[in-house]
Amino acid sequence: MLKVNALYTEYPNDKGEIVKAAQNVSFEVPEGKLFTLLGPSGCGKTTTLRSIAGLERPRAGEISVDGVAVYSSEQGIFLPPNKRNFGMVFQSYAIWPHMNVFQNAAFPLRVGTRKFTKKEIEEKVMRVLTAVGLEQFADREATKMSGGQQQRLALARALVMEPKLLLLDEPLSNLDAKLRERMRFELKRMQRELRLTTVYVTHDQGEALALSHEIAVMSAGHVVQIGSPRDIYERPRNKFVADFVGLTNFLDATVEAPDPAHDDGYRVNSCIGQLSVTSMDKFAKGDTVLVSVRPEDIELYETRPAGPNVIEGRVDFKVFLGEYMDYQIKIGDRQILARTHPSFKSPVGESVYLKMHPGKCITIQDNTQYRKAA
Amino acid sequence: MEVVGKYVGVPATQGRGWHSFDLKWLVIGSSVAVVAYLALMPLGFLLWQSFFTPQTATKAAEFTYDNYLTAYSSSETLKLFFTSLRFATGTSIFSFIVGTLLAWMNERTNTPLKPLFFALSIIPLIIPGVLFTVAWIMLASPKIGIVNLLLQELFNTDYVFVNIYSIWGMIWVDGLHYSSMAFLIMSAAFRSMDPSLEESAMMSGASVPQVAWHITLKLTWPAIFATLLILFVRSIESFEVPALLGLPVGIQVFTSSIYQAIHQYPSKIGLASSYAVTLLMITTIGIYCQSKLSGQGNKYSTVTGKGFRPRAMDLGGWRYVTATVFLLYFSLIVVLPFLVLLWSSLQKFYSVPSLAALHNLSFDAYAFILTYPTLASAVTNSLILAVGCATLVMLLTSVICWIVVKTKLPGRWILDNLASLPMVFPGLVLGLAIMIFYLNFDIGIYGTMWIMFIAYVTRFMPYGLRYNTTSMLQIHKELEESAAMSGASWGTTFWRIIVPLLKPGLMAGWIYIMIVSIRELSTSILLYSPGTEVVSVLIWELWENGQYVELSALGVMFIIALFMLVMAAQLVGKRFGVKED
Repeated sequence: MLKVNALYTEYPNDKGEIVKAAQNVSFEVPEGKLFTLLGPSGCGKTTTLRSIAGLERPRAGEISVDGVAVYSSEQGIFLPPNKRNFGMVFQSYAIWPHMNVFQNAAFPLRVGTRKFTKKEIEEKVMRVLTAVGLEQFADREATKMSGGQQQRLALARALVMEPKLLLLDEPLSNLDAKLRERMRFELKRMQRELRLTTVYVTHDQGEALALSHEIAVMSAGHVVQIGSPRDIYERPRNKFVADFVGLTNFLDATVEAPDPAHDDGYRVNSCIGQLSVTSMDKFAKGDTVLVSVRPEDIELYETRPAGPNVIEGRVDFKVFLGEYMDYQIKIGDRQILARTHPSFKSPVGESVYLKMHPGKCITIQDNTQYRKAA
Repeated sequence: MEVVGKYVGVPATQGRGWHSFDLKWLVIGSSVAVVAYLALMPLGFLLWQSFFTPQTATKAAEFTYDNYLTAYSSSETLKLFFTSLRFATGTSIFSFIVGTLLAWMNERTNTPLKPLFFALSIIPLIIPGVLFTVAWIMLASPKIGIVNLLLQELFNTDYVFVNIYSIWGMIWVDGLHYSSMAFLIMSAAFRSMDPSLEESAMMSGASVPQVAWHITLKLTWPAIFATLLILFVRSIESFEVPALLGLPVGIQVFTSSIYQAIHQYPSKIGLASSYAVTLLMITTIGIYCQSKLSGQGNKYSTVTGKGFRPRAMDLGGWRYVTATVFLLYFSLIVVLPFLVLLWSSLQKFYSVPSLAALHNLSFDAYAFILTYPTLASAVTNSLILAVGCATLVMLLTSVICWIVVKTKLPGRWILDNLASLPMVFPGLVLGLAIMIFYLNFDIGIYGTMWIMFIAYVTRFMPYGLRYNTTSMLQIHKELEESAAMSGASWGTTFWRIIVPLLKPGLMAGWIYIMIVSIRELSTSILLYSPGTEVVSVLIWELWENGQYVELSALGVMFIIALFMLVMAAQLVGKRFGVKED
């Protein structure tokens, strides 16, 4: 439905120098899906979103919706933002302080090219305000609303024009932690119910994993991996993705032989000992690889458990975090982070046993380009 | 992201080719053209004119260096230059010391009567320079000054105790007048300083004088120097004090010499221009250095970060001393000048306050003024000019300011500087430049209200820009972008989103420009003709005619009217949440 092809953007900074933002960014968003651009600040995700919106003019590339180009450097097409009919929710919500709730939501209907009667506007606005649960606040001053309400109003304003595409620029980042959690569910529910094609920009991996059908991880202007949330988390294609999305332990290793015990398995000799790992790439004996193990995929035992990938270590220190407990385990001169249920208690200095499921030990490409960016 | 060279791209909102020519570009284009015309036309013509002989019926203007040769070969000019410097230096230092002392008392000590300090911020608006000077003549002139007469009576002598008609008298009056400006600037400097910087010095074991010397003074040094510079510029371009106090006794500075060169017959426009160019150079250098010192970021003095409320120093018993100093100052700058005007306005003939004179109180002067033939037209002219100028300036600068703040158009900084350029023009020089231009470039507005309107708009454009910039910076870019995403065109967005959000700044700036337009004298004095007098010119004429009593009556009414306007401004400011400038 939305198709972004070979997009390049750049913009001048305060000194008038060009800063390259998106570089050769391409992706497609199918009808009704929520697509997330995820990356650290400065990776070009917001510039990409603003290019889709038409608020920024890219250097080159093509953006089309339903096969119709809204931007194309080749054909010289650039549709201004007010002609694109996309809804957008901004990071600051951009609620106009001189209008009340109703006037804010009605603005798109009053200024657009399509003309509506007073009654139609009233109906449409009240319907959308009801959808976001603000119907009883229609006459309230917009500035008197709480952060969560402003966020919903911004969403209502974006939806009232029945947009072809909904663009969300870090819409939850200004909310406090509790409210963010709740709005995340609400946003997901509404998107799924209305089946609105949505592009979502965030630097919060939790949000991206929770909301998206598909995620594009960006770094230094490039898309480094596109995949489902599960793919991105469990099968990161490179070190940057593994590191940025969630916490992980990286282990240098050398391939010894394929592991006959499971598919795509290899036996490797890592810096903490012999491991069975899973890989999507083909390796030969002697290849150096990088193994990623998530802290929550490491089980800790006080006595040696049965099974593969069991390694002995010593508790270096531990941190109680309420819902879980972080252990720094020392194996030789390596530190490994393991995350356990708080019921596991082992004093500092004691020996413990780490058990890692071979399916959770992933080999990844160690691309230096992304290492630098990370 | 990496930086890879100079940006040459087009802004995103810009359409491709000529077919996207629409309302947006029409409004922007015409605003830019008007600003460029207003800012550059007088300057260019002034420079040009200073190189030509006067045009007469028989002889066309010729190129010449004579104006500069006359001006710079005479020892008179050297004297003029040094007198101007002496006057401006004295005034700026005097006003700076007074203003800084008051600012320190208000911001950093527990001096009582603090609410009265804020009255200081509005006094320069309420009492125009011409009235302030006249009031001080009535107080301290050797012949009719109340101070002299009272002291002479007391000591039974005819010794002249104070003489306002001297360079020290000029410095005294102008310095007092500008001290409230110094107070405002230095208060802001004291307020914007993080008190923890001083407190940490205190915790390191420094004594109060050590903190004051090593930390406070060193940190505020750029602010001090910038303030001195701006005060110097304001005093070297002040007109009323040198004209009323200096000219009668032959103490000449640049502004009064320009006025004299124009008002003799035949008027020496070339000579006036060459004086004006010199004065302009001095003010330009001053303003340039001042803006460099204040830093690019401080140019618009936006409120960033948290506001500090420093711990006030406990002065103990000394706070009664500081309060007395303040009351004394307050009476010198407000109470005495106003009372002397009020007293003289209630007399039939000007006389010193005494029990005998108390019996002669009358309202004749008020009756005279209210039936004065040109009063009605002068008031109407002043109001029309003030309202028209304020409206046009605020609308024009809102577009300029939008371009400068919100777009990435290449060269937008030029526009910013163009609109701020008239700031370097002393009022009298601007009046002269505009007069010369429309004398030579006859489009039929010379001698009409239009020429004064153009002069006012030019002169107050920088103020409008400043008010609008402060509010414009507070409008989040996304408020506009969300309107574009909602399908609004540029015109709709500007009119329905930007202008309403600018309203606090627009209102405050509008009223401020209205007030300063009403009391404007130094530009109008060269541009008015019979029938287009404004109120401040009327006061000037009454002074020249020696009608002191009638002048006082008009002055008292003028001050009361301005006071009510300023109060209205404060009320509006509170209502729209405008901060004091």
